[in-house]
Amino acid sequence: MLVATGLECVRGERSLFRDVGFSLAPGTLMRVMGRNGSGKTSLLRILTGTLEPLAGEIRWHGERIAALGDGYRSELTYLGHQNAIKDDLTPVENLLVSERLAGTQITDTAARRALQRVGLSGFEDTPTRALSQGQKRRAALARLESRKTFGLWILDEPFVALDTAAVSELRKIIEERLATGGIIVMTTHQDVPITSPAVHDLRLGA
Amino acid sequence: MSTMIEAAPKASPDLIGAYCCIVQRDLRLALRRRVDALNTLVFFVIVVSLFPLSVGAEPALFRAIAPGVIWVAALLASMLALQRLFASDYADGTLEQLLLAPQPLGVMVAAKVTAHWLVAGLPLVIAAPLLGLQFNLPADSLGVLVLSLMLGTPTLGLIGAIGAALTLGLRSAGVLVSLLVLPLYIPVLIFGAGAVEAAASGLGAGPHLSLLGAFLAAALFFAPWATSFALRISME
Repeated sequence: MLVATGLECVRGERSLFRDVGFSLAPGTLMRVMGRNGSGKTSLLRILTGTLEPLAGEIRWHGERIAALGDGYRSELTYLGHQNAIKDDLTPVENLLVSERLAGTQITDTAARRALQRVGLSGFEDTPTRALSQGQKRRAALARLESRKTFGLWILDEPFVALDTAAVSELRKIIEERLATGGIIVMTTHQDVPITSPAVHDLRLGA
Repeated sequence: MSTMIEAAPKASPDLIGAYCCIVQRDLRLALRRRVDALNTLVFFVIVVSLFPLSVGAEPALFRAIAPGVIWVAALLASMLALQRLFASDYADGTLEQLLLAPQPLGVMVAAKVTAHWLVAGLPLVIAAPLLGLQFNLPADSLGVLVLSLMLGTPTLGLIGAIGAALTLGLRSAGVLVSLLVLPLYIPVLIFGAGAVEAAASGLGAGPHLSLLGAFLAAALFFAPWATSFALRISME
């Protein structure tokens, strides 16, 4: 259960949004919409706890996320604009490192399987610098495979740079997670139909 | 292709595992980018080697200036390397993920500084006695030189990490970092160079080395914590 009340965000001199609140039950997909610069990414970063809101609070299972600290972070997966992929490492190495740090230790075989699922078969051991933008995004998305036990996924424009095959695969991954009771918050400009037990649309800067 | 992958049961945060993982990752990255890693060492060797060429051929003078020259060069080389500490992690988004990982950020900062020192600091310590020979330093002074750098360069790295974290993402980060950390570097420089001078003049380097050790202990205790704090501010 993720509950936000009275969130207000100011970047520089500009007020991006105020009095934003929502309550998301397990299995809910929240789509954050709004034009460029309306504060979608800022809202997501506030939800991760990296950015401090000017006002308002966020509670995860009834407790403030700031008080939960590492306990909250161990249930949270964030996929930002940047892929957090090291160019000098291969997709397998990248995945093994990121999963180790997220506390989900996976084996080499599991990492390869996750990469295959996102369509990177044959590129597992190629240095990531040699991959295309879309392939790098896929390598980042492979993390979601091993984060199925995480209660909250926060995805910033997950469909950007992906081709149709990858979009539908990611859609499937998202739907699977929602069906098993995960909460997903995401921003997107593409209109990708996602079947979900519950959908909550949030429009910023309307 | 779309087989389900059973996620491993969530392990409790494993601090040593996370620490080793980051050290290993950064060393591997350095190994794949050897030129970057060599930069610091080359700078150090060049600066130190230019002095004997420029101050004339007076053996006594050489011996007198050697500790200062080598220590100043090591300090500048460490400072030069600081910008690389967090810059690439910041640029590709890895740092943001580190902030969101369920381990204390201090542990991960300590891991990053450790790897940074192994790549940028340890080579200076190893090269120093060879450069000391250029200056005709006696053998026991060389030993003290190595010891003082061994204690001093990690301290420089730890202090520098705070500055690097504070100036992350700023356009004039290089200059700003130098201004921020220089005042804190000076005590290390004074006692580092002082240790070698004391050894050369027969006074014994013990007190200087003990102080350097104390600096290192204090930096080990406070710097990772301060750096984490600075990183969280910079990433807002």
